[in-house]
Amino acid sequence: MEFLLASAIGAIVAAGVYLLLRARTFPVILGLGLLSYAVNLYLVASGRIAIGAPPLALEGATEFADPLPQALVLTAIVIGFAMTAFVVTLAIKARMTLNNDHVDGKE
Amino acid sequence: MTAATSLITLIALPFLGSVIAAFLPSNARNREAWVAGALALGALAIVISLHSAVADGGVVRLQLPWVPLLGLEFSLRMDGFAWMFALLITGIGFLVVLYARYYMSPEDPVPRFFSFLLAFMGAMLGVVLSGNLIQLAFFWELTSLFSFLLIGYWHHTGAARDGARMALIITGTGGLALLGGILVLGHIVGSYELDVVLAAGDAIRAHPLYLPALLLILLGAFTKSAQFPFQFWLPDAMAAPTPVSAYLHSATMVKAGVFLLARLWPVLSGTQEWFWLVTAAGLSTLVLGAYLAMFQQDLKGLLAYSTISHLGLITLLLGMNTPIAAVAGIFHIMNHATFKASLFMAAGIIDHETGTRDMRRLRGLRKALPITATLAIVASAAMAGVPLMNGFLSKEMFYTEALHTTTPFPLLGELLTYAAVVWGIFSVIYSLRFIHGVFFGPPADDLPREPHEPPRWMRFPIELLVLACLLVGVIPGRTIEPYLHTAVQGVLGEATPEYSLAVWHGFTLPLMMSLGAMFGGIALYATLRRFLLNRVDGPPLVRLVGRRIFERTLVFLSWRLARPLEARLFTWRLQRQLLIMVVVTLLVATAVLWGTDFSLPPIDWSAISPGLALVWLAGMACAIGAAYMAKFHRLAALILLGGAGLATCVTFVWFSAPDLALTQLMVEIATTVLLLLGLRWLPRRIKDARSTVRERSRRLRDLVIACVAGGGLGGLAFLVMTRPLPDSIARFFVERAYSEGGGTNIVNVILVDFRGFDTFGEITVLGIVALTVYALLRRFRPAPESIQRPKQQRLAAAHDDAHAARPRGDSIPQHMLVPSVIMRLMFPAAGALAIYLFLRGHNMPGGGFVGGLTLAIAIILQYMTGGTRWFEARWRINAVRWIALGLLCAAATGLGSWLFGHPFLTSHTRYIEIPLLGALPFASALLFDVGVFLLVVGATALLLLALAHQSIRSHRGQGVPAPTVSRKEKS
Repeated sequence: MEFLLASAIGAIVAAGVYLLLRARTFPVILGLGLLSYAVNLYLVASGRIAIGAPPLALEGATEFADPLPQALVLTAIVIGFAMTAFVVTLAIKARMTLNNDHVDGKE
Repeated sequence: MTAATSLITLIALPFLGSVIAAFLPSNARNREAWVAGALALGALAIVISLHSAVADGGVVRLQLPWVPLLGLEFSLRMDGFAWMFALLITGIGFLVVLYARYYMSPEDPVPRFFSFLLAFMGAMLGVVLSGNLIQLAFFWELTSLFSFLLIGYWHHTGAARDGARMALIITGTGGLALLGGILVLGHIVGSYELDVVLAAGDAIRAHPLYLPALLLILLGAFTKSAQFPFQFWLPDAMAAPTPVSAYLHSATMVKAGVFLLARLWPVLSGTQEWFWLVTAAGLSTLVLGAYLAMFQQDLKGLLAYSTISHLGLITLLLGMNTPIAAVAGIFHIMNHATFKASLFMAAGIIDHETGTRDMRRLRGLRKALPITATLAIVASAAMAGVPLMNGFLSKEMFYTEALHTTTPFPLLGELLTYAAVVWGIFSVIYSLRFIHGVFFGPPADDLPREPHEPPRWMRFPIELLVLACLLVGVIPGRTIEPYLHTAVQGVLGEATPEYSLAVWHGFTLPLMMSLGAMFGGIALYATLRRFLLNRVDGPPLVRLVGRRIFERTLVFLSWRLARPLEARLFTWRLQRQLLIMVVVTLLVATAVLWGTDFSLPPIDWSAISPGLALVWLAGMACAIGAAYMAKFHRLAALILLGGAGLATCVTFVWFSAPDLALTQLMVEIATTVLLLLGLRWLPRRIKDARSTVRERSRRLRDLVIACVAGGGLGGLAFLVMTRPLPDSIARFFVERAYSEGGGTNIVNVILVDFRGFDTFGEITVLGIVALTVYALLRRFRPAPESIQRPKQQRLAAAHDDAHAARPRGDSIPQHMLVPSVIMRLMFPAAGALAIYLFLRGHNMPGGGFVGGLTLAIAIILQYMTGGTRWFEARWRINAVRWIALGLLCAAATGLGSWLFGHPFLTSHTRYIEIPLLGALPFASALLFDVGVFLLVVGATALLLLALAHQSIRSHRGQGVPAPTVSRKEKS
């Protein structure tokens, strides 16, 4: 199971980094999105994976997945969304002001 | 009010006044002066009331815990010496405020002036009253900062900007050195508390780190007090308004350096190193300053160099290692403050009344300004050290010490005596230039303005200070002696020597020296008068290189060095920067992990569940497909991105993270909508015929880097997951989530309770981002080719046009009729779901974040199906207000715990029985979560709606010139 998750993380990172290095704003935005998936998965993985053990302190529950990375990642997901929104706006604004969509600001 | 609370009030008053003054309207010259004057007077009254507590060696202390865990306290301490300084700072501060009321022109932005002046006063009080050395260094830098603002007050003139910058760089750098010295000192002693440090003199002097500490501290003190070779910033600071000069040069700023020397005198002095370093700096400054002062043609320049010279005298006295010399130094601090403040004010009046400060043009002002002339003459006499003036007394003490000091080299003792006499002669000459040149002789008829006596109250501060000079000079025993004794005891304590302040000691050698210097000075002045008057500004024989070195260094650092570095190490190209960042990250990660045990456990293929494997097969394909399609097929890439997101979401469910899965799902929807909205405004890419070799090789390079990065992080993840989990703090949260947080959903309890402060920060960031996006989109002007309606809309419009019965724009709402009706019907259900998710959050998966996102998505769905115009005509979502409300709610919950005496964001838990619903958790954390909920709704809605709204805005501008668009924006 660990191997599966690790290779998933690896594939997403590879796709994300490749997109991050592109010249146009839209691919870079997608790359950032992919990287945030990978980082979130990695953080959750760092608390080790557990199946059928949600971090709910219900009666009778003895096994818990590590709640700490989950709390971190929960806000990270929301902040990641805000970041995407910001970058999209920045890209649109740059497109309007500089009249191109190259990340360097000029072709 | 006890003595200790008076101390904190004393420090707080000027800062309070600074804030009040800053917010007063700019034309309220009187009101600002009243506020500043009243506060300065109040502070002065507090200082005076504290005298009984510090007389006879008493010390007032106040310690407020600040970071108790680190042993940090806000510590105030006032002994006799600090009291004397506080008296000078507040007393002269009050007089300066009064003077500035008349000096400042109504055109100047006066609130800024008084605000800075009061803040500067507060910082200076902080320096002298700090009971902790680090705290002292903090206030020390604060004085540098506020003096920068004050010197640069008239920032439209280049001289003010340059002078302010130079003062800041020199004194700020000195402040850094001082901080270093204090850290060394604290390391030696083991404490930064002044009381402890002052008691550890012997240990400090014997320590091998004594010399480094001494050098660093002296660097701080010498730069601040403009000692040679750092004296050059002070004359340039003359670009400040005269009240500022009067304040900076008399009671504050430059006195901070000698204050520190005297403050640490008991622990640092008494060694050879101290003697050589401090005496050398003091002696050269003393002579040099006086020499340069003679050749100034600017009134304020003369006074500035004389200040440097007198500071040299104080430094020299403190460097001589004898208690009696230290007494003379402290006495001279007080005397210099009184006569120099009055002289600067007089120079300001002359400047104000005649329109010039050039001594080559000024003469015969005695007739036009009789009272000011008299006052200035008396103050100059004190500066020259004429008998029956306060300056005379401290000068006599200096002469006595110069004669009696015992140094390892007899020659040095003699040199000191001669230097003292030469300094006396120079002082007489420059004082005479000020008096004789400016006030006597035939009246000048070519002045820019016709001089008149200034208003009564503008002269009052000078009168008071000159009166003090006289009283101290004539009857020292009955005026200054007890206060001087208080101050000296503060520094020397038990070691206070016997001294007498009598005016008449008989025909002693020091008196002879004084008289000799005086007559020599008068004779020399009479000879040199013409020569001095006809010179250009600046001295003969001596060319100081300090300023030039400073300027060269600045040019080198900010230009010669910076340009090549920028050319070699920097690029404006973001694409390249990102490439460098990724590569460097990879290199650093490799370097860190080099040599780590990489033994992998065997992969257990059978444990891999086929379901998840299938999900990820699709997920990975989606991610790679998105990367492949991103350039030319953006919509496809966007859909594929969503696929990878869904796979992530399923993984969260699989591996016991239900909260994350819920949040990811909602964010996935919101992100897709967002990117769809944004995609419309980015230019489409058409596939070129062929790509060049260069382009292909670049893509290959990026692909290699991407694969290395992916392989690296994937491998790292695998290594991490297959190692046993060390005992983390997770156990703490698991055990206490219910017993202390009152909730069974541990993740939620962490978010809203244990780590509530972090969450508070995060929702603040969210709010800021939303507002920034909103602000960025306010002046929306799309590129020409995106103004056109999308193809689908144009087709629909063409269809409408082709059928005569259909009004234009009818098609699209009809297409969307069924979904929009469904969505309208579904809205209550979606809203209920949002509230349900929110309410159960404390115990089951859900919470403010998920609930908020759900509600925001329900709203944006109405927008999508109903259309922008339909939605905006019917719904009023003031998202900014939701954000504000959410943030206030969260903050108020946090602050609420203060009412019950708990730290910020302490939560309280209780279950309340509600009919029909059963027992509901009613923790104060729930209120906090309400704040999170409101803010997330507001921020998400604002982000999406701001972007969505642009579609109708741009259409309004279609075919119409741009001004129409901007006019609509304004309305």
